[in-house]
Amino acid sequence: MKIHEYQGKEILKKYGVPVPLGKVAFNVDEAVRAAEAVGGSVWVVKAQIHAGGRGKGGGVKLARNIDEVRQRSSEILGMRLVTHQTGHEGRIVKRLLIEEGMNIARELYVGITLDRARSQNVVMASTEGGVEIEKVAAESPEKILKEYVAPGVGMQKFQARKLCFGLGLTGDAFKNGVKFLLALYKAYESSDASLAEINPLVITQEGKVLALDAKINFDDNALYRHPEFAELRDLDEEDPLEVEASSSNLNYIKLDGNVGCMVNGAGLAMATMDIIKLAGGMPANFLDVGGGASAKTVEAGFRIILKDPHVKTILINIFGGIVRCDRVATGVVEAAKNIDVKVPIVIRLAGTNADLAADILKNSGLSFLVAANLKDAADKVTKAIAA
Amino acid sequence: MSILVDKSTRLVVQGVTGGEGTFHTQQMIEYGTNVAAGVTPGKGGTSYKGNEKDQFAREVPVFNTVAEAVQQEGANTSVIFVPAGFAADAIMEAADAGIRLVVTITEGIPASDMIKVYEYLRAKNVRMIGPNCPGIITPGECKVGIMPGFIHKEGRVGLISRSGTLTYEAVWQLTERGIGQSTCVGIGGDPVIGTRFIDAIKLFHEDGGTDAIIMIGEIGGTAEEEAAEYIKKHVKKPVVGFIAGKTAPPGRRMGHAGAIISGGKGTADEKIKAMREAGIIVAESPALIGETLERVLKSHGKEAKGKSAVAKPSKTVPTKRPPKNKSNIRRKK
Repeated sequence: MKIHEYQGKEILKKYGVPVPLGKVAFNVDEAVRAAEAVGGSVWVVKAQIHAGGRGKGGGVKLARNIDEVRQRSSEILGMRLVTHQTGHEGRIVKRLLIEEGMNIARELYVGITLDRARSQNVVMASTEGGVEIEKVAAESPEKILKEYVAPGVGMQKFQARKLCFGLGLTGDAFKNGVKFLLALYKAYESSDASLAEINPLVITQEGKVLALDAKINFDDNALYRHPEFAELRDLDEEDPLEVEASSSNLNYIKLDGNVGCMVNGAGLAMATMDIIKLAGGMPANFLDVGGGASAKTVEAGFRIILKDPHVKTILINIFGGIVRCDRVATGVVEAAKNIDVKVPIVIRLAGTNADLAADILKNSGLSFLVAANLKDAADKVTKAIAA
Repeated sequence: MSILVDKSTRLVVQGVTGGEGTFHTQQMIEYGTNVAAGVTPGKGGTSYKGNEKDQFAREVPVFNTVAEAVQQEGANTSVIFVPAGFAADAIMEAADAGIRLVVTITEGIPASDMIKVYEYLRAKNVRMIGPNCPGIITPGECKVGIMPGFIHKEGRVGLISRSGTLTYEAVWQLTERGIGQSTCVGIGGDPVIGTRFIDAIKLFHEDGGTDAIIMIGEIGGTAEEEAAEYIKKHVKKPVVGFIAGKTAPPGRRMGHAGAIISGGKGTADEKIKAMREAGIIVAESPALIGETLERVLKSHGKEAKGKSAVAKPSKTVPTKRPPKNKSNIRRKK
């Protein structure tokens, strides 16, 4: 789960990670009041969307007086912000973070995440802050310092010192940097985050170390331990169809293609998307109906897929292991009758009771395109698109 | 021959009296797996024969602890059906009791739990398969997991996969062609798993009963690349591969917690490239996995239809090995 920068900073603050003074605002008047409450003479008005690259896209602006706060806020609120992470359709800005301005001396990078190859958390730091870290990793990987955290004991002070020496910190900045890293790791671990990225981490001219930005993602599997995070979810940042699917317990991701698909199992669902492309179409979605594949889940799947007007064909691919294909077929027939699907449906059922399933589909009075195997399914999709 | 599970496997089912545990225990007994014991804390001292829905062919003694199941029934392998919130505890209990192989079916275990479990198992030299996986099967001998038994056939092709139903698909393509399998391992779709491609590949490489290997990967992480590197250096047996998720967009988690392209890493194209450079024959389409393997076997002069002589029940206990990563669960299909 992703959250907004201002929400991430609230969490960091709780664990003693220094962040600039700031307040969230949902309209221009609130933004002005926020600036007054924050105080000082320079403010930063920051668009709050679940994507990086906001500054480049015009979503982060400086204001030198309250009038400018008003002006910048009205410019940014409601704008369609396009960044390298939003896709070309961008995101409408509905929330702002108003923060105090800083006397920035240096911009650094710190990130914590799970290193899958080692099955350990890794704390990364780099002097190349404020830019796309992926670029740094690709072009000059030696500029990224890494410390792996031993499970159970957590991040040690010597590791924080090593990173801070590596970043060239001295004096107060060094001491504050060590504290910052240890607090950040604590925040990451305690909130079951899958990512805590501070880019940039800034050193002020006064030697303070602060998180100027904060990107926190949570491990979805651990959310049950943190009921307090549920209210941080922002449905405006999610695709409405995906929200609807999740309420039916379907794992659905909307894509840009013309062939909808419904599959049991995530790996087979990805493979089915790949088959669609090889067949000359493009997948309109990822949809894993899970183990059940009952009439109810299939019907919910149909409804969601068909809300996407670009869908010209639907491919159903179910491998019945423990779930019996005849039951799935009955479910598909019922659902198709209830919904009156207008686009061609290619259906491939394999595994337990596949023969019975084929009979049910044939005798349903509906015109399914029944495929004998995956290859045949691909051919039938090709024909259906061309028709 | 086979890897990790065979006729000598004595299985303890953790979470045996739960709905999932009951159903799959019934299925495993029916397949011929030697289910030696079940564990449900608080129900020790009883014996269990299933519920109204799923009746076992025979009674299974139930213990309060895995340690008792090991002492009294000689259990050497465990399968975990306990819910995600309790799974890490159950896995560590098994390892502490002297179980050598833990197969974790459970989906949805927090990554932070699995990082600790991984370290715990490594220190005890216990191997885990999963979590969030279909399990492992040696056709005709032993099924530890939730895969449908009937799609498998005894034979000499080893199969490793990160997925559930896509594994069944590949197995079925083989069986339909008359090609049997030595052992099929579903390693799971999570970021932290106990047995990775490279671990299973090593075992198949050393297994005299395996002539060829199929590895089915997907987007996310670099485990396929690591395995390809090993194969390039060490493995002479033919390897056929497939990577799911060529059409998956970056930054989106495709169902499995581990199936995500992030920071430009973990794409299908990178993986396929690394695999091809290692001499692995990568099928373009998931519909062609069986066909590709059949062709490769023929070109290596192996008889594709070779039905394995059923291996003598071996006395080997599952090999001890440092486990690798782990993560979640879900009940499958």
